Amino acid sequence: MSRRIRILRTGPQALVQDLGRPGHAHLGVPPSGAVDPHSLTLANRLVGNDETAAGLELLLGGLELAAETSCTVAVTGPAVEVRINGKLADSHQPLHLPPNATLTIGTPQTGLRTYLAVSGGITAAEELGSRSTDLLSGIGPDPLRDKDVLDLGAPNAANGADVVPPFHAPDTITVPVTLGPRDDWFEDAETQLRQGSWTVSDRSNRVGARLRGTVLNRRDGEIPSEGMITGAIQVPPDGQPVVFLNDHPTTGGYPVIGVVDRAHLRFLGQARPGTTVRFLPRQ
Amino acid sequence: MLLRRCGTDALLVEVDSLTEVAAVRAALHGLPGIEELVPAARTVLVKGSLQHVREALKDVDLTHAPATESREVTIPITYDGPDLDLVAETAKISPAEVVELHTAATYEVAFCGFAPGFGYLTGLPPQLQQPRLDSPRTKVPAGSVGIAGEFTAAYPRATPGGWRLIGRTEITLFDPKAETPALLAPGDQVRFVVA
Repeated sequence: MSRRIRILRTGPQALVQDLGRPGHAHLGVPPSGAVDPHSLTLANRLVGNDETAAGLELLLGGLELAAETSCTVAVTGPAVEVRINGKLADSHQPLHLPPNATLTIGTPQTGLRTYLAVSGGITAAEELGSRSTDLLSGIGPDPLRDKDVLDLGAPNAANGADVVPPFHAPDTITVPVTLGPRDDWFEDAETQLRQGSWTVSDRSNRVGARLRGTVLNRRDGEIPSEGMITGAIQVPPDGQPVVFLNDHPTTGGYPVIGVVDRAHLRFLGQARPGTTVRFLPRQ
Repeated sequence: MLLRRCGTDALLVEVDSLTEVAAVRAALHGLPGIEELVPAARTVLVKGSLQHVREALKDVDLTHAPATESREVTIPITYDGPDLDLVAETAKISPAEVVELHTAATYEVAFCGFAPGFGYLTGLPPQLQQPRLDSPRTKVPAGSVGIAGEFTAAYPRATPGGWRLIGRTEITLFDPKAETPALLAPGDQVRFVVA
């Protein structure tokens, strides 16, 4: 018998995500994948899945689902209220859902993105080796809608009880940045980045964290389109930086003053609009 | 050639021409540990294990690109684009001559970007090298074939765009469900024929 879950309510945005489809940028295909891969792999481990299994990435929580089969689930990311059949349960640990049980995920207290793993993983069709939804180019499963039914793979044996502390998204984050490749477009890029201060704009999405604040002074003009990597800080003519997240375009023509260190990108991906961002540049 | 640091695990190799881009791409193609290799107009982005990259770049002959595995692709076009007359007028030739010039040339995919499967093709005859439209269209239908500057390209899907449109193709340029999703990859040779 197939194992399935039924989405009753998606919340603001629910996407199928795994660790993405790197290696296709030369075809114009973004890497995509979970914006906070740490939280997704953690959720997968808690339910006994491979870290590469597909789960759900929820923007500001709000999802409700019905288990059509007995399964183990784990909710990770920022602290969030989780209920099974209306009764309070815990996040950040494996939870058993009996058949027909309802799982309700509230709105996280801090941060943006909640991750849900289900034992067996979500087996949406792979495209270019990944089940991730890419919102920029429309590759991968469509964003989930109410009443969608998702197929699950075969579960692994439970790997015992495990609890991890929830992630707390602070009001201010400082992210390390490697200068370049186009820091020479800026007068003393290091000082400008180190002394500046920005807030995350509400126009941010999986393509990029758009920042508002200190204007970065740059040369006029554009660069012939060049390859872009995740974490690149692009600076358009208005001087307001955009940090590329997982669904970023693979090429671009604005100068990149620096690249956010990979391990710290997820903090930007979890930063709510209004969060203060400071950069810690190094050569 | 200039190597520019791009984060902790990538380099942007900057050169002076599309020929040099092709040479650098060929030199780095197939190196172990490379996650992404993205040629563009004047650069090649290389991401992954950079251990052998600098060494491979030491001996590159930038004047010509050694052949790498390249496919030959033929794309049938119906030349009835909304800007065909504008292109002919600008080139001071007839629309039929535009078609003749466009189909006579052999093109090469210099790089992809903008959208999955959108290949920037070089080899456009000089008379057809024309600027973009003054005002971009909000929606260019999928399959449209356009020209802009030194490039010609076919739009894999409907997007906004400012290229001068001379025709359209029915061929699928990008199918994420296919084993080879993109019809065009950097280095491929392309010819256009009248559908």
